[in-house]
Amino acid sequence: TPLGRSRAHKSTIRRSSRPVSSPPTRRKAASRTAPDQTPESEPSSKGKAPSAAAAAAMESVEALVAHIQGLSGSADELAQLHGLLKQADGDALRAHSAGLLPFLSHLHPGAHSLGYLYLLDSFVSSSANLRAHAGGDLLVTVADFLTSCSADQIRMAPDKFLNVCRVLKNEVMQLNAPIRGIAPLRAAVRKIQTSSEQLTPLHAEYLMLCLLAKQYKAGLSVLEDDIFEVDQPKDLFLYCYYGAMIYIGLKKFRKALELLHNAVTAPMSSLNAITVEAYKKYVLVSLIQSGQVPSFPKYTSSTAQRNLKNHTQIYVDLSTCYGTGSYSDLETFIQSNAEAFQTDNNFGLVKQVLSSMYKRNIQRLTQTYLTLSLEDIASSVQLNTPKEAEMHVLRMIEDGEIHATINQKDGMVSFNEDPEQYKSSEMVEHIDSSIQRLMALSKKLTSIDQNISCDHAFLMKVQSGRERARFDYDDFDSVPHKYF
Amino acid sequence: VSAAAAAAVTNGLGGGEQAAAAPVSADQLDVEAYAAQYSGRTRVARLLFIAERCGVEAIQLEALRMAHDEARAREDTVLYLDAVLKINSRLGPRYRHDQAWVDSVNRRAEQRKEKLETELNGYRTNLIKESIRMGYNDIGDFFYAHGHLSEAFKSYIRTRDYCTTSKHIVQMCMHVILVSIELGQFAHVTNYVSKAEQTPDTLDAVIVAKLRAAAGLANLETKKYKLAARKFLETGPELGSNYSEVIAPQDVAVYGALCALASFDRSELKSKVIDNINFRNFLELVPEVRELVNDFYASRYGSCLEHLEKLKPNLLLDIHLREHLGTLYNDIRHKAIIQYTLPFISVDLNTMASAFKSSVSMLEKELAALITENKIQARIDSHNKILYARHADQRNATFQRALQTGNEFERDIKAMLLRANLIKHDFNQKNWL
Repeated sequence: TPLGRSRAHKSTIRRSSRPVSSPPTRRKAASRTAPDQTPESEPSSKGKAPSAAAAAAMESVEALVAHIQGLSGSADELAQLHGLLKQADGDALRAHSAGLLPFLSHLHPGAHSLGYLYLLDSFVSSSANLRAHAGGDLLVTVADFLTSCSADQIRMAPDKFLNVCRVLKNEVMQLNAPIRGIAPLRAAVRKIQTSSEQLTPLHAEYLMLCLLAKQYKAGLSVLEDDIFEVDQPKDLFLYCYYGAMIYIGLKKFRKALELLHNAVTAPMSSLNAITVEAYKKYVLVSLIQSGQVPSFPKYTSSTAQRNLKNHTQIYVDLSTCYGTGSYSDLETFIQSNAEAFQTDNNFGLVKQVLSSMYKRNIQRLTQTYLTLSLEDIASSVQLNTPKEAEMHVLRMIEDGEIHATINQKDGMVSFNEDPEQYKSSEMVEHIDSSIQRLMALSKKLTSIDQNISCDHAFLMKVQSGRERARFDYDDFDSVPHKYF
Repeated sequence: VSAAAAAAVTNGLGGGEQAAAAPVSADQLDVEAYAAQYSGRTRVARLLFIAERCGVEAIQLEALRMAHDEARAREDTVLYLDAVLKINSRLGPRYRHDQAWVDSVNRRAEQRKEKLETELNGYRTNLIKESIRMGYNDIGDFFYAHGHLSEAFKSYIRTRDYCTTSKHIVQMCMHVILVSIELGQFAHVTNYVSKAEQTPDTLDAVIVAKLRAAAGLANLETKKYKLAARKFLETGPELGSNYSEVIAPQDVAVYGALCALASFDRSELKSKVIDNINFRNFLELVPEVRELVNDFYASRYGSCLEHLEKLKPNLLLDIHLREHLGTLYNDIRHKAIIQYTLPFISVDLNTMASAFKSSVSMLEKELAALITENKIQARIDSHNKILYARHADQRNATFQRALQTGNEFERDIKAMLLRANLIKHDFNQKNWL
């Protein structure tokens, strides 16, 4: 059993720990040698015969492996092991990374995750190794590691973990088989997250693989968590952009709009390309979802407000053209700018915008008429024949976008009111769960507010402010007026 | 109709030209009577306007002839040249371009101007405030009489520094208002009306009425129909024909009534127009308009709209009302339609169309437009041609709104928490570049 082994080795290590515990002197000898080696051995890269150096290094690696196996028990041991590994990380491991692969088989990815990670990381960091093992079992090894590693251990060395994942992603992309990377990366995301609300760089990578593999539903599991903590700005933009694209692929435009909105209104001091692309999609999805593009809310950064429209001029023109309500105008506009849309890879979305124009016009008719003949529908929505009008209305009824009945004998469509009576038990449950969710959110908000009120910096600011000016109640207007 | 037209023709015209068969506008306009209501420059301007817009050649020439005579009598060369250009030698030798006369008038004008200016300079060196003021006033009057409006405006404005009593101020304001109206700068008109109304002394009732009428005119021209209606309705009957250099009392009645119909709701209409004793004096001058208002209030929309149509050609020739006539008429028609549908649960579109004297399909389109603008709460049953009033189900609407608010709240709060977190980590792109 691993534990038994570690106990046995602990004694040997304790014995030899004395020389190990004085690293500075050893370090000055410029080589990390194993305890049972003589201190006179020099660094392999500096003029010693390669074979001897290689042998020396191999032995050091062996010893390291032994350490790993021994010290992967409790948290203290892990800390110690971590120290050892950090020291080992450097010339020794990297120079002989090619030989590390067989050692991995001695280690168990689940129990010895930290050590395994270090070895694996230094192995995959060298592109020579990757090329040598391309397409082979390496992928399986890495995938296996990611799925079975222990979350606590790898959290001690997050950079290395991320590096390994990135390498996996690159390999998978090179092999043109993004789908192979999905399962391991999903596991990896869960493992490196400290809480389900945290955003990691892996999120964006994972979503990108899902997009490339067209496995949208796989992306959903990661997207469903709300993100509240972000460490790195770039992650957020990519996450929002890819996440929105997944939602668009699943035709969940409302959620896509939320993500794009976050990307566009995030605080930023200078514009980046991701935001520009996100804004283009934002315009298109807003048109599909609600028929108009909302103006920037006041918390949008001034950089975005000033510059975004300049970079996305044809999209702004598209939205004004859409606003006129004329299908033929929109069609000609799209045709004339087809190339631009194609280069942005937005042509599919643009076509959806075009077809949404009909839907919006027909929906407007439901507000005005109780019954309307198919010819009148066709003429007011600018369709060519009543047959086409019938097709459109039929499709909308099936999609649940309008409530109507078609009377083919008279060629009439009767528009009905929304039959939802808000009395069914499902509706009551829905309302109830919404209330619960909102109460939880509200509680979270209050707790954050309380935390900030106790924050030192905040109190200092309030104190200095109080000496200068009096506050009046408007400053503390916490609830936006639109909720009244 | 043709008898009246013939009467109008023989009335003014000596040449006996036959009136053309009724075109769009003004086959009934009695040009002389119309012009008699006005005095001063506006008479000529209005005559020229009529000549320009009217389709009937007889009336055109009649108006031009009168404009020419008037301009010549006033020695206003600008208007004279304008009139002559438009006449284009159609009226015989007496009405041809008389450059000699123009030159002599201009020469005399120059002389007078020099004289006035030397006088003014004399006053200015003497620093007698009152004489300086009167000097500027005289120059202003001179310029105005000869059609140089912007110079007149500047001169009148200059008197402001030398006004000592509130009477002077009021006088200055009235002059400026007059010139501004002619220039079409209605912002100034509103400005100076309020200036005049703010003087500490109580004003003469006639002047008050004049100011109200001027204010109403300014509001009308700047498309503020509700305010215009209020001002016209507040104009006292003392106005009479005292302001004939700007506006006639019939005009006050017409403008006020039309603006009120287009913009007031029913209660205001009753209290401010129908029960307004002062305004009744004005309405008596234009019985058709009075009938119109009463018909509207009594829901006799058919006859109301008929009256409107009858008045339309003449009103199109009015210099102030022309651009606004379309909007006002549309508004009145829409108000009529909305008022018609208000008391009913269902309305048969055929009866409604006959009441409004239009076809069912046109009416349907109008109704659809009004429903989209949310002015009527109803739905159209196009198959059976019935309009059904639709009262929103409050309970469902409340549920919908509650759920929607909840969703919006959730979305906004989550976005806000995310942003707060970003700012907390000093989310500044300079850091990661």
